[in-house]
Amino acid sequence: MRGLLRRALLVLALIAAGPVLAVQPDEILADPALEARAREISRVLRCPICQGETIDDSNAGISRDLRLYVRERLVEGDSNAEVIDAVTARYGEFVLFEPRATGSNLILYLAAPAMGLAGLGLAFAYIRSRRRMPEAEPAPPLSKEEQARLDRIMAGD
Amino acid sequence: MIAELGHFALVLAFAVALWQTVVPLVGAHRGHAAAMESARPAALAQFGLVGIAFAALTVAFVTSDFSVRLVYENSHTLKPMIYKISGVWGNHEGSMLLWVLILALFGAAAASFDHNMPPTLRARALAVQGAIGATFLAFILFTSNPFLRMESPPFDGRDLNPLLQDPGLALHPPFLYLGYVGLSMTFSFAVAALIEGRVDAAWARWVRPWTLAAWVFLTIGIALGSWWAYYELGWGGFWFWDPVENASFMPWLLAAALLHSAIVVEKREVLKSWTILLAILAFAFSLIGTFIVRSGVLTSVHSFASDPTRGVFILVILGVFVGGALTLFAARAGAMTARGVFSTVSRESALLLNNVLLAVAAFVVFIGTIWPLLAETWGRTLSVGPPFFEQAFTPFMVVLALALPIGAILPWKRGQIGRAVRVMMPAATFAGAVMVLVFAVSTGRSGLAVIGAGLGSWLIAGAVVELWFRANKGGVARLMRLPRADWGKAVAHGGLGVTFIGIALLTAWQTEDIRVAQVGQTFPVGRYEITLEAVDEVPGPNYISTTATMRVTQGGREVGTLRPEKRVYPVQAMPTTEAAMHNGIFRDVYLVIGDAQAGGGWAVRSYIKPFVNWIWAGAALMALGGLLSLSDRRIRVAAGAARAPATRRPKPVAAE
Repeated sequence: MRGLLRRALLVLALIAAGPVLAVQPDEILADPALEARAREISRVLRCPICQGETIDDSNAGISRDLRLYVRERLVEGDSNAEVIDAVTARYGEFVLFEPRATGSNLILYLAAPAMGLAGLGLAFAYIRSRRRMPEAEPAPPLSKEEQARLDRIMAGD
Repeated sequence: MIAELGHFALVLAFAVALWQTVVPLVGAHRGHAAAMESARPAALAQFGLVGIAFAALTVAFVTSDFSVRLVYENSHTLKPMIYKISGVWGNHEGSMLLWVLILALFGAAAASFDHNMPPTLRARALAVQGAIGATFLAFILFTSNPFLRMESPPFDGRDLNPLLQDPGLALHPPFLYLGYVGLSMTFSFAVAALIEGRVDAAWARWVRPWTLAAWVFLTIGIALGSWWAYYELGWGGFWFWDPVENASFMPWLLAAALLHSAIVVEKREVLKSWTILLAILAFAFSLIGTFIVRSGVLTSVHSFASDPTRGVFILVILGVFVGGALTLFAARAGAMTARGVFSTVSRESALLLNNVLLAVAAFVVFIGTIWPLLAETWGRTLSVGPPFFEQAFTPFMVVLALALPIGAILPWKRGQIGRAVRVMMPAATFAGAVMVLVFAVSTGRSGLAVIGAGLGSWLIAGAVVELWFRANKGGVARLMRLPRADWGKAVAHGGLGVTFIGIALLTAWQTEDIRVAQVGQTFPVGRYEITLEAVDEVPGPNYISTTATMRVTQGGREVGTLRPEKRVYPVQAMPTTEAAMHNGIFRDVYLVIGDAQAGGGWAVRSYIKPFVNWIWAGAALMALGGLLSLSDRRIRVAAGAARAPATRRPKPVAAE
């Protein structure tokens, strides 16, 4: 309840102060270990209203709210995963910069190793085929026009 | 009047581009020499006409002609002259005009060089280039006309987005476009070769300089953009895996792959169809990049000019050109017979590995970039950001860096791993020593620093060892006589190593300090002491600045006085931060001034950024390496040094 009140007051203060810049000095927690965890979390959460910024970098008021919320939860003893889950529960998967490796997202995560292996496999098969192949017959002879052009070029024309 | 002249020139350019598309193509098919030859004056005329249109728009911006809607929307009388000029392409319509101008420039360049090229190949390549030009000219004329007038001209303009009022960003788009559009030339050559049904060493030699040039421009353009983000966005990030950044990075990766596979075609006449496919894909990704930026389908900090209807038009262009080229490829690729034979351990195999790694890395970036769009079709709204890209992309770069120095000295046809490793032993030893050193000076967990610095120094030392190996113990005199292509290769590969070191050490070692500082207060950051001496309001030409004066010392020794600013541009009512930096080879001191605090004092952010400049120094070296290769005699001869007797070098040269 006190936390909620404090947040409400902060939001009011924010509206009065106008735009702010990323992490503010007054947000920083006294405990450096907790603060480091807070920064770690806020670097993977996306600002819900900005264009591709983390809440750590964003100037938007909502990002400040989220940063404060993250810190509040950490102070109350939540783990990093619990905090991220709580934010996701409210704003949806959209705020996760590292998408969850569940359901259809598995394709996304498996794409890189799968394509890498497929590429290497194809390349290896190709190399083997080149190794076995006899040297191709020599290039077809030049046509009359090509020979004439070559002569001109060689003559330095 | 001048705007109408520009509009008219644009319409004429469209007509000329249509001629350039149709006539030479028919001429090449029927064997009609004059029709084929008409591609060249058409390409030159198209460039001249688009140049007139671009000049007309520039005049409108420079003279602040607010009766032109585009000028009203993106300029202001008080804006400094350089940004009036860069404002020409700081918006959708103008940047598309710049796109077409560069497209026509490449067409004109291809028309003036390459006199030794078979006439049918040139006619067809210029026709394809003309078709791309005609399509984009139609796009401009029908959806994005920059020359539209306003009925009642307003007194003053709405000013350019303040973030774009910056020298780095003035140059970022032109270079990027030179790169994107440079790949159009490679694409045109690839399609022409498919129509001809023939790809040989000569073709690869004509294509390589265009690819190399496009890649150099892309490298410079991307580096400029990243450098701009570093000093302008206010927290010193240099790469965000933003959709638009990815859009420029994918063509860069594919151009790098193409660059290497074209060497294989040139030297050994294998990998032909793959090289053609890469050329098509590289330009396809340039178009996708243009589509992503212009349509704004993927929300991004760059979409200052997004519009879905224009996006659809570009998507259609993309479908027609890439779909057409791929269909042609499917029909004709079988005709490309490979000649060379090589064993598993050989330069050919090494370059193939390079191609697999670079191309797959590009596809990984692509999937990550479009995944949010795909997921939306089955109802999942999600984001894919830096954590995903870092873990999916980095392994490819690690393998690439590990293999590169060994692959670079393997001989063609057949080599021995053992021998290559022996040659590279000094480089491996050096890299090992660097890793030990970095491990010793790192405190705590720093695997990233150790691995990144190790790979980077392996690449740099590998490049040096390779040069020495090629000089074959012939001493410095022999070293200086090596072909410029060898130097270019070493410099570019070394540059990649420099960038690796910069990224790894910056990410692992940077320190940050956020605090409220009172005026007059001194506080420590890393090994430095910083004093906030004063904060003043200073008026600028079209903004108001809050400028802090901060002194940086190290152990009492003066380092410098920095003046970070916070600006407000009243016309756009937008604040920007102007960080102040003290640049150094081994670190930057990076200061940002924030807001005044209620209890007195100012929010101040200070960063020590170790090795950050190595990131861009490495990019500059990569570009320099490309330019050195481009100036190699073999390429100059191929790309038309034999144009006119006047351009010949006075010294007699060996016939080649």
